[in-house]
Amino acid sequence: MIDVADNAELIRLTAAEMAAKLRAGEITSVELTQAHLDRIEAVDGGEKGLNAYIHVSGEEALATAAEVDAIRSAGGAEAEALHPLAGVPIAVKDLIVTTGQPTTAGSKMLEGWMSPYDATVVEKIRTAKLPILGKTNLDEFAMGSSTEHSAYGVTRNPWNIERIPGGSGGGSAAAVAAFEAPLALGTDTGGSIRQPGAVTGTVGTKPTYGSVSRYGAIAMASSLDQIGPVARTTEDAALLHELIAGHDPKDSTSLPDEVPAFGEASRNQSVEGLRIGVIRQLQGEGYQSGVLARFQESLDALKAAGAEIVEVDCTSFEYALGAYYLIMPSEASSNLARFDGVRYGTRVTPEEGPLTIERVMGATRAAGFGEEVKRRIILGTYALSAGYYDAYYGSAQKVRTLIQRDFDAAFETADVLISPTSPVVAFPLGEKLDDPLAMYLNDVATIPANLAGIPGISVPGGLAADESGAELPVGIQFLAPAREDARVYQAAGALEKLLNDGSQPLWAQIPELESQEA
Amino acid sequence: MSDISRADVEHLAKLAHISMTEHELEKMAGELAVIVDSVKTVADAVSSAAVSGDVPATSHPLPLTNVFREDVVGEVFTAEQSLSNAPDAEDGRFKVPAILDEESEQGPALRGPAAGEGSER
Repeated sequence: MIDVADNAELIRLTAAEMAAKLRAGEITSVELTQAHLDRIEAVDGGEKGLNAYIHVSGEEALATAAEVDAIRSAGGAEAEALHPLAGVPIAVKDLIVTTGQPTTAGSKMLEGWMSPYDATVVEKIRTAKLPILGKTNLDEFAMGSSTEHSAYGVTRNPWNIERIPGGSGGGSAAAVAAFEAPLALGTDTGGSIRQPGAVTGTVGTKPTYGSVSRYGAIAMASSLDQIGPVARTTEDAALLHELIAGHDPKDSTSLPDEVPAFGEASRNQSVEGLRIGVIRQLQGEGYQSGVLARFQESLDALKAAGAEIVEVDCTSFEYALGAYYLIMPSEASSNLARFDGVRYGTRVTPEEGPLTIERVMGATRAAGFGEEVKRRIILGTYALSAGYYDAYYGSAQKVRTLIQRDFDAAFETADVLISPTSPVVAFPLGEKLDDPLAMYLNDVATIPANLAGIPGISVPGGLAADESGAELPVGIQFLAPAREDARVYQAAGALEKLLNDGSQPLWAQIPELESQEA
Repeated sequence: MSDISRADVEHLAKLAHISMTEHELEKMAGELAVIVDSVKTVADAVSSAAVSGDVPATSHPLPLTNVFREDVVGEVFTAEQSLSNAPDAEDGRFKVPAILDEESEQGPALRGPAAGEGSER
């Protein structure tokens, strides 16, 4: 029997360590899964709880865990064939559909909806037998940078519960940072994995567009959306990435490539001779001085370890945010047309007047969508409307080409690129809620990778104080050419090792949370 | 400041099938004007001399085109599965409120909530 103190240690292991202990028979998956469910129980609920989870599926998770334990104790070929991560629990962003557990996308529109199928990534996780702890909170339909736009309440940042956990994947990042899960799945359309990673001191990767199947991820902007891993260490993120990557005939945008050995790349940790390009346009104005100081320290450490630091110019990045906020709403307005109150989801009947489908649809979408979703649908409808299409959507697509060209040129002089992930550390809850434009600026450094389809990772770069003096995590972003995801793991793994040298990793320095249990 | 009126937003909301209150229309018009002002730099950039020559548009980051598969039956949902989340269904089909406007002229009294439920009348 494992007691509370042991549980506290158990949940603070890395996923790779948990997997090793499971394989060695030192712990069981049921113990490990129960330890996480207890942790969720202790810190997630209540008024000041983190609210990282929208739905917790203890029963299902424990059943999977028991299955893994039974196979392992029986031994033989079946035990041998178990996936290395079998039995390590995981959380899933509630934008990714699951059978047997509700999927809400953080919206009232899908309250009570049960998917009749599993997303391909979920199928892979089930096949590998990772117990699914539950579904994590997000900005409604992944639209936001703070997880405040969820119909199911805000998620709090475990570093400081009065701060935002980033978004849209604040639930996955907060859960992993607060030891409510060792691993989680996220989606990244403009930074929704990387920016929450940065502000919660965790690791998050946006894979190359098409390298992880998106079948079963509720679409926001189809030419930008990508599923990726969330973890506390680069190696854990790499191992989860390996598990979910690969070609999927159900996703026509899926790349027909072999999955590289990301775990191995993350353990390489050498930057000797690696050319690291500093993007001149992703620093300076708008970036907090503390963020820039940690960024400079990371560069110094990498240089001391043998990396060659070069400067690169990406002049068209000036227009990246504008292009993104035309392309994303345009595609979202089209994707979200499916929520019509006919085939699934909520149907709201207008209180007065004739009951035509048009009026029912209008009332359904008025009640089912939150403010930010409506704003983006209207903006997208505007950008796509006759007379504006060429000037807005058309121009944005041309800017996209320019950004790709900038990246192509940059990758001629550098193997990987580096920048701060987010210009600011976690800001106070509510601070930017009434200023959409200020909220959008959080994504300024992460958006170019989505527009170009290239991979990016955010790794912890230490703590920095904001204007109020609060010390909060800073994220460092690495970018690599399309299909070269292994490079971001190598660089990130190296930086992680350099910064952890002689000190505890950042994720282990998180303050203790107060138990919310009654 | 971009010129986006309350009437413009009302038209867009109609196109997007979202009912909006007066207050929402006013608020959205103001917010939209600020956002459009900021994203307009994109159009300016492309039309400016800074971007010389004809820049092709990128609709999609991958060089994949026309992905086909064999024309064979794969996994399919049963009618029951397909209808399992429908707000309203009848006889194995989705059930919707009146589609034609002319019916609405009969007024709500005739059809009332029955349009969204079974056909008891």
